[in-house]
Amino acid sequence: MAMLEVKDLHVHYGVIEALKGINLEVNEGEIVSLIGANGAGKTTMLQSISGIKKKTSGDILFLGESIFKKNPKFIVQKGLTQVPEGRRIFTGLSVYENLMMGAFLRKDKKGIQQDLEKVYAQFPILKERINQDASTLSGGEQQMLAMGRALMAKPKLLLLDEPSMGLAPILVKEIFSIIEEINKQGTTVLLVEQNAKMALSIAHRAYVLETGKVVLSGTGKELAESPEIQKAYLGG
Amino acid sequence: MSQFLQQVINGLSLGSIYALIALGYTMVYGIIKLINFAHGDIYMLGAYVAFITTTYFGFSFFPAMIASMVVCGILGVLIERIAYKPLRHATRIAALITAIGVSYVLEYTTQYVMGSEVKTYPTLLSNVSFSLGPVTISMQQVYIFTITIVLMIALQLIIKKTKMGRAMRAVSVDEDAAKLMGINVDTTISFTFLLGSSLAGVAGILVGIYYNSIDPLMGMVPGLKAFIAAVFGGIGSVPGAMIGGLFIGIAETMVVAYGSSLYRDAIVYLILILILIIKPDGLLGKNQREKV
Repeated sequence: MAMLEVKDLHVHYGVIEALKGINLEVNEGEIVSLIGANGAGKTTMLQSISGIKKKTSGDILFLGESIFKKNPKFIVQKGLTQVPEGRRIFTGLSVYENLMMGAFLRKDKKGIQQDLEKVYAQFPILKERINQDASTLSGGEQQMLAMGRALMAKPKLLLLDEPSMGLAPILVKEIFSIIEEINKQGTTVLLVEQNAKMALSIAHRAYVLETGKVVLSGTGKELAESPEIQKAYLGG
Repeated sequence: MSQFLQQVINGLSLGSIYALIALGYTMVYGIIKLINFAHGDIYMLGAYVAFITTTYFGFSFFPAMIASMVVCGILGVLIERIAYKPLRHATRIAALITAIGVSYVLEYTTQYVMGSEVKTYPTLLSNVSFSLGPVTISMQQVYIFTITIVLMIALQLIIKKTKMGRAMRAVSVDEDAAKLMGINVDTTISFTFLLGSSLAGVAGILVGIYYNSIDPLMGMVPGLKAFIAAVFGGIGSVPGAMIGGLFIGIAETMVVAYGSSLYRDAIVYLILILILIIKPDGLLGKNQREKV
C-alpha cells in the first residue's frame, strides 16, 4: 500500500479549476518529484495535501487514512510536514525558536532534543546562528532553516515546495544532496520543482503536471531521457 | 525641578494605565491586523465589573481585579469569535467598521443596564501619601505602577518563553506557515484576545481608582490615547506599546502642569500627527523587507 495516495483530486479557486482530477502515489522510502511549469498546479497540490487549501472532490489517503477533510494540525500530527515555497520562516524569531516551532505538537522532550542535534549535524550553519534573528539569514540558510524546522516535526513524509527557488547553482546542489541524505535516513519525500533537471536526477519516480493534469509519469531516469521532457523542460 | 519630578511621577502612573490598554491594541493588531476599536470599551467594562463586585459583593481590590480580568478576557474572546472571526479574510475596512459597531454595542448596553450617569468609584486602595525628598507619592500611584510593571513582565515572559507565546508570534508573522507547523490559529488568536482584554480589565479598575469616577463612555478618550500610544511605540510591538503608554502619560501630565489642562487631549493628537509625519512605523516599529 502506498504511503500517500491521491485519487481523482479536483481543486478550485473560485470558478477556476486548478487541479483537474489528479492521481498520484508516493511509496514509503521514495523520493517522488512533481515537475511542471509555472501555474501547472504544483503548489496547489501540496497545499491541498497539507490541508491548507480546500478541496472540491476526490480523496487523499495518508498511511491508509483519508485526510481529505482533516485540518493541518491533524495532518502534521500524523507525520506529514511541508516545507513551503519561499521558505516562509518566522522572521523576528530566533533560529532556535523557528526550529522549535517545527516541534510545536510534540511532547517528547528527549526526542525533540535528539532531533535538534540531528538537524544541527545536518545543517551546521544553523547551530552557529542559533540565537540570531531568522531574518538575518541568507537565502540558502533560510532554506536550510525551513527544512530543519520541518524535520523537527519528525515527519514520515516530507513535502518540499521549490527548495531551489532563488538559490545559486552551488547551493541548489547542496540542498539536493541534503534532500537525498534525509531520504536515506528514512524520510519519504515528495518534491515539487521547476528545476526539472535536478528534480529528476534525485527522484525514484516523477510526475509531470500541466495545467492541472498529470500528463506523464515514470521513473526519474525514464522521464529525464524522454524526448518530450527534454524538449519542454530540459532545454534540448 | 521638584515640580518636574512630581509631574514625572504623576505621569508614570497615568502612562502605565495607557500602556496596559495599548498592549491590547498592539497585540491584536500584530496578530490579525485589526485595530480593535472596541478595546477601549472592554476597559470600561473592566471598571464596571470591579465597581459591581466591590459595591454589591464586597470584594476587596485584588479579587475585584481578578474578576475584571476574567470577565474582560472571556468577553474579548467572545467578541472575536462572534464579530471578527467571520470577517478574518474580508477586507480590513469591513472588520474595522465592525469593531466600531461592537464598541457602540458595549457602550450603549452598559448605559442601558447601569445607567448613563457618572458613578463614584469606591476607594479600593489606600490614598495615603508619603514624601520622598521633594516629591509626594500616593500609595495609589505606587500600586498602579507596580501592578502595571508586574503584568508587563508577566506578559513579556508569556510571549517570549511559553509555547503559546511563540505560537502567537509565529501566527503574527505568517498565518499559513504557522498552520503548517500544526498550530491551531483560531486558538492562538483567541488567546491573544484573552491576554489583551484581561489587561484592559485591569486598566479599567486602575482608572476608576485614579479618577474616582466611571461612566459608560469613559472608554472612548483613553481608548484613543492608548491607541495613539500603540502607534507611537510602533503598532504590533509589545515593548513599543509600553514605552508609548508611559510617554503619552507623561506628556499629558506635563502639559497640564506647565501649560493648560485645556490642551491635555490636544497634545496627544499632536504627538500622533508628529509621529505619523516623522516616523510612521513608530518608535520600535518594524520596517522589514522580505527576503526572496
